[in-house]
Amino acid sequence: MIRVELPQHLRTLARVAGEVTVEVTGPATLCSVLDALEKAYPVLCGTIRDHDTQVRRAFLRFFVCSEDWSHESSDKPLPEEITSGKEPFLIVGAIAGG
Amino acid sequence: MSKVRVLVGTKKGAFILSSDGKREKWDVSGPHFAGWEIYHMKGSPADPNRIYASQTSGWFGQIIQRSDDGGKTWHQPGSPAGEAPAAGGGPPKGVSNKFVYDASSETGKPLTTHQWYDGTQHPWEFKRVWHLEPSLTEPDTVYAGIEDAALFRSADGGITWNELPGLRGNDTGPRWQPGAGGMCLHTVILDPSNPLRIYIAISAAGAFRTDDGGKSWKPINRGLKSQYIPDPNAEVGHCVHHVAMHPKRPNTLFMQKHWDVMRSDDAGDNWHEISGNLPTDFGFVIDVHAHEPETVYVVPIKSDSEHFPLEGKLRVYRSRTGGNEWEPLTKGLPQSNCFVNVLRDAMALDSLDSCGVYFGTTGGQVYASSDAGNNWAPIVHDLPAVLSVEVQTLP
Repeated sequence: MIRVELPQHLRTLARVAGEVTVEVTGPATLCSVLDALEKAYPVLCGTIRDHDTQVRRAFLRFFVCSEDWSHESSDKPLPEEITSGKEPFLIVGAIAGG
Repeated sequence: MSKVRVLVGTKKGAFILSSDGKREKWDVSGPHFAGWEIYHMKGSPADPNRIYASQTSGWFGQIIQRSDDGGKTWHQPGSPAGEAPAAGGGPPKGVSNKFVYDASSETGKPLTTHQWYDGTQHPWEFKRVWHLEPSLTEPDTVYAGIEDAALFRSADGGITWNELPGLRGNDTGPRWQPGAGGMCLHTVILDPSNPLRIYIAISAAGAFRTDDGGKSWKPINRGLKSQYIPDPNAEVGHCVHHVAMHPKRPNTLFMQKHWDVMRSDDAGDNWHEISGNLPTDFGFVIDVHAHEPETVYVVPIKSDSEHFPLEGKLRVYRSRTGGNEWEPLTKGLPQSNCFVNVLRDAMALDSLDSCGVYFGTTGGQVYASSDAGNNWAPIVHDLPAVLSVEVQTLP
């Protein structure tokens, strides 16, 4: 069970409060976690990654155990702290005005 | 007694303003989708309780929302209407935001490039939905004008969207360029007398028309003159801000261009200027009286570099002669120190016997006139910046 923390607007869209959890079959990577997240919460499709290219939206960042994984390969295995549920996988909106 | 429902999209959410036919007392609901930019909301003429909304964000992209009960509840199309929050019913199931250009060899057009601000070529990239135009007859059919410019259609109530690629595939595409707000398709007009005819407008490409239901399109910009482009009389490249049509005169179009207010009486084939005595002919909105096809409204803005009313006086101008002769409408509008803008989709008219006129400002005011513009009063004056205003006239 992988814990995922969403930005507030995506929590509102998905109608969830606090963290969500997803099950990943096979190796847990950025890609497989996001695939599982979008499968569980279809309204999030296109809000984190581009529908077509699957590229991370420019104003979002991914954090893993206090490290910025935004530019890591989407196939890089996530560490045990994430896969064990000890730490959440963070999807964070860039701090920008407005 | 008839009622009106004003749909207001703002930079930070949607608001619905409701009143009876007197239009004196208003109920305000919202913000819906708080914190998101609501570029446009519009109700279906075939089912007024069906309302579509374009919810967008620089962070999270595009969402389409739909209401089937006049704006009381909303859902992403594809998820059950009125679905309860997670504790009661699980997450919404809809994926209503998939706007993918059709570049397939079977039905699409190659994803080419358009002109960028610096004159270089730039790939087409989907950014957001600027305008939603529900079908005149089918509540589940709705068109979406998007940035980068293209026209999409949904025939299942907004669940899935398909591009009408003939427009983007028009061979003038590489000469289209973004205006200051992006390369947006912001105007979609359905001809009530001819279901195969649609008008659209793009900033900055110009106006286009299809006569075959969207398969093929032709630029309709003859007569437009734009001094800010290399060839002022070019076939495309004009920064059209908005176009309006009276449903009983579908061949007559009124246009607020970047500069110049224009008119066509032959379905856009030829345009002539009707700016007449306007104090400035720059502006964004233009609209037509519900019962008088020759009565037109604009809100003149000082210039392309100073997007606020001339002399700090917020004035709607009305022509009762189809253009050229304009009168300022000022009663109830601020006539000093007013420096707001009125964006291209932020004016609408109801169809009550005494035609109501509504517009919203970037200062968060929504003004209403229940007597065709003679007198004005704010319905609300402290909303976030208003992006769009539509009105529904209800039985």
